[in-house]
Amino acid sequence: MASLKELKGRITSVKSTQKITKAKKMVAAAKLRKAQAAAEAARPYAERLEGVVASLATKVGTADSAPRLLSGTGKDDHHLLVVLNSDRGLAGAFNANIVKAARDKAYELQAAGKKVSFFLVGRKGRPVINRLFPGQIIEHYETTGIRNVGFDEARDVSAQVSDMYEAGAFDVAHLFYSKFRSALLQEATGQQIIPVPAPAAVEEIGGATVEYEPDEEAILADLLPRNVTIQIFKGLLENAASEQGASMTAMDNATRNAGDLINRLTVEYNRSRQAAITTELVEIISGAEAL
Amino acid sequence: MALKFELVTPARLERASDVYMVTVPGSEGDFSVLEGHAPFMATLRNGAITVYATQGSEGEAINVEGGFAEVNEAGLTILAERIAD
Repeated sequence: MASLKELKGRITSVKSTQKITKAKKMVAAAKLRKAQAAAEAARPYAERLEGVVASLATKVGTADSAPRLLSGTGKDDHHLLVVLNSDRGLAGAFNANIVKAARDKAYELQAAGKKVSFFLVGRKGRPVINRLFPGQIIEHYETTGIRNVGFDEARDVSAQVSDMYEAGAFDVAHLFYSKFRSALLQEATGQQIIPVPAPAAVEEIGGATVEYEPDEEAILADLLPRNVTIQIFKGLLENAASEQGASMTAMDNATRNAGDLINRLTVEYNRSRQAAITTELVEIISGAEAL
Repeated sequence: MALKFELVTPARLERASDVYMVTVPGSEGDFSVLEGHAPFMATLRNGAITVYATQGSEGEAINVEGGFAEVNEAGLTILAERIAD
């Protein structure tokens, strides 16, 4: 059995671990509220843009003159997986889940004979993907120095992806991130971002003829890259909220585990102490009797 | 009657209010929107939109970048990538 001193030391160390996890949980809860508010504030723009793009896309249709971002390259050979991860751990299986979703998709595509490349955002996914798919990471976007990932980053990523698309580096792009359902539930999801998925047809509003300046196609060509950007932006924001949610849950569990461990150690400590006292008493009594 | 005016950036809904008139720097020339304007969509050049709260009032300029304007029966919506200070 461990000595009293050892037990005491372990209790102290678990207690200080518990203090850290508790603090981390509190921080995550506060950050979660902020991230959630940011995700909510971004919704109006995305909704309106999607509405406009949908109505324009139905009008322009899949004519030959339609922008390539909408109609695609006509091929389906080379897929790019854009994987959004965070830079920090201590968030349970948050990063692992996103990587897993991307990995499954990659296996599926490879089994179908497609070529797969990766575009990584954030630090955490890199080691795993590099091990599973060596040499297939073609681009990596660092977010280490950025406190709050925002629209500027989304625009940078989107610009890089669009340039690669224009240069013919890939045919289809998918985006992987974690959807924020609630503080307890985050869902790793993948969605196609290039070519822009054909939106559901929207009904003409009141039959009024809309005037365009310049024409429909020029506007669409202008808005489609923005739509890609906004999808990535949405992914980044959802990811930020999910990360904090996952972190909060993980830290809550850790705090509770530490509490259980402290209780167990305390019981053990008290028992050993009692045993030591009893032994001493027995020694004294038997010593007195021997006299 | 007032024109319903909304200015939205990716980060948030920047402004939603009833105004008299808005002058917008369209990519092919400036235009002004009053209440009851015909449905219209246009890309914008970087520049200042001017908001007139009431008839005859002093215009308030807001610099926008990467903008897009949509006019429908609900009013004028401007989607801007960024609002420059």
